[in-house]
Amino acid sequence: MKYTLLILAIVAFSACSKDTVTPDSTKTGTLSIQFDNIAGDKNLQLGTGVYTNAAGEKFSVDLLKYFISNISVKNSNGETYTVPQDSSYFLVSEEDGTSQFVKVHVPEGEYTSLTFILGVDSLRSTMDISKRTGVLDPSAGMDDGMYWGWNSGYIFFKMEGTSDAAPIDASGQHKFRYHIGGFGGYNAVTFNNIKTITVDLTAAGTAKVVDGRIPNIHLMADILKAFNGTTNISLAAWSTIMVSEYSINVANNYQKMFTHDHTEN
Amino acid sequence: MAFILFLFACKKATEISAFIGFQQPANFPEPIYNFAGNSMTEDGFILGRKLFYDARLSRNNTISCGFCHLQTSAFTHHGHDVSHGIDDRLGKRNSPPIMNLAWNTSFMWDGGVFDLDLQPIAPITNEVEMDETVENVMIKLRATSEYPALFKKAFGSEEITTTRLMKALSQFMVMLVSNHAKFDSVQSGLSTFSADEQKGYTLFQAKCSSCHPAPLFTDHSFRNNGIGAGPNNDMGRYDVTVNADDKYKFKVPSLRNLGYTAPYMHDGRFLTLSAALEHYNSDVQTDMPTLDPLLRSGIPLTAEDKTYLLAFLNTLNDRIFITDKRFSEESQ
Repeated sequence: MKYTLLILAIVAFSACSKDTVTPDSTKTGTLSIQFDNIAGDKNLQLGTGVYTNAAGEKFSVDLLKYFISNISVKNSNGETYTVPQDSSYFLVSEEDGTSQFVKVHVPEGEYTSLTFILGVDSLRSTMDISKRTGVLDPSAGMDDGMYWGWNSGYIFFKMEGTSDAAPIDASGQHKFRYHIGGFGGYNAVTFNNIKTITVDLTAAGTAKVVDGRIPNIHLMADILKAFNGTTNISLAAWSTIMVSEYSINVANNYQKMFTHDHTEN
Repeated sequence: MAFILFLFACKKATEISAFIGFQQPANFPEPIYNFAGNSMTEDGFILGRKLFYDARLSRNNTISCGFCHLQTSAFTHHGHDVSHGIDDRLGKRNSPPIMNLAWNTSFMWDGGVFDLDLQPIAPITNEVEMDETVENVMIKLRATSEYPALFKKAFGSEEITTTRLMKALSQFMVMLVSNHAKFDSVQSGLSTFSADEQKGYTLFQAKCSSCHPAPLFTDHSFRNNGIGAGPNNDMGRYDVTVNADDKYKFKVPSLRNLGYTAPYMHDGRFLTLSAALEHYNSDVQTDMPTLDPLLRSGIPLTAEDKTYLLAFLNTLNDRIFITDKRFSEESQ
């Protein structure tokens, strides 16, 4: 991750040295959105990193995946551009560096605000299986998949790890498993953990999309915020959170985990 | 005798005719399944049937769909209260029949699956059923000599995708229509009830049909019928909706083919239909807040009533369905 930052810094500097190009809104360019997963003031390191939540419990993370979808951007004139939905589903995985750079095509312009859904919208969650391709293909297994086969729906946010605070489970480990989903139900109203998140880019750097360059909105995603927030989640009390009302607390917490660090134009 | 001859004639006709695809029986409502999204073809149906009976769908290639859904038992796991799947691991619920699925508004005892095209993912990935991933099933199918060609016949190219796999299975499953019970021929005026069956039908309409309405004999709702929690405290629909009002509710099952699908209830706790009827007569547990309001006083039934009801329920058995060669494992 340090190297990635270094490279990005170089990219950022080299980008700065380029000539300014006037955006042409009839043309499109690529916009990159980076999801840089951290834990408080530490970089997230799967397996080895040890972090402490607000309940004072130490834990490690072995797996972190979440869906980012329905991306839209707003320019300085207040105009919103929504990425066509079929091209707007991404699965960010901490173990896959490439997945942390979400790339969309948007009209050239200067963007001051970014909006996305953490999860999968309810409409897509009920669509015909032929509309569930790419990261939405429900063919992956229960273990590493992001889909509940027995309760048709996507897992929006999946974090698993270990903590001495978590009670010993059937496999003899002190594991915690947070599988957060819930699109509101198909034939009965159930909990809805779809979170629409808007990030203001004006303070830390607007994104200037011009064909030929790939500006990168660098977001930090602080997984400590999944535990800490309106409800501080205790691993001792809640080592497994899946299809339950309590999952709402985690979703309400993690919707505040994104901060805009900077933009590399 | 005339009735038998008629059925025989019908059956012969189906066997020699070309593939006619899904047909809505005259006494059935419009199907729920989205046929517009899955063009039925004979090749698709044949592929779906082959997949249904293929143990490659399980981790160690031992368990097919047909393993727990036997045609001779109206596609249930006859004789098993709960099914055993891979490595003899036991499930927690009684394997439901696969019939008339095109009219289902949801699937599974708890209704957790809302689209037939998504249904097979559940047993394939369940660790006590097939314990496999759909991804790996497709890898195995692609490596065979026969499947790429079968997918090409059914879908135009050899590509094997999740969508194609699921749509093929659906093409087979929606064809499993059971509408040739004696009840159906009485409905269409081709047969008549015996005196006992007629008395049973009258009782049925008065006491049972609010939850089990003809012609599908289920209203597709979820209800707590007062059998009480089982040893595993399975809370049914609640696991899906996390709504306290749904605790211990399970889908109202169809009563068609009851003669072939023992044991009964979501956990197969009643071995006979008589035991199931006696439950409603004398053993409805009234201590749960989610007990169905219609069952607060149970369903009082005399011994005679039960005899008549059983006679009627037997008219819902569809021998043609369970012997239809188009659906059998041996037909491929």
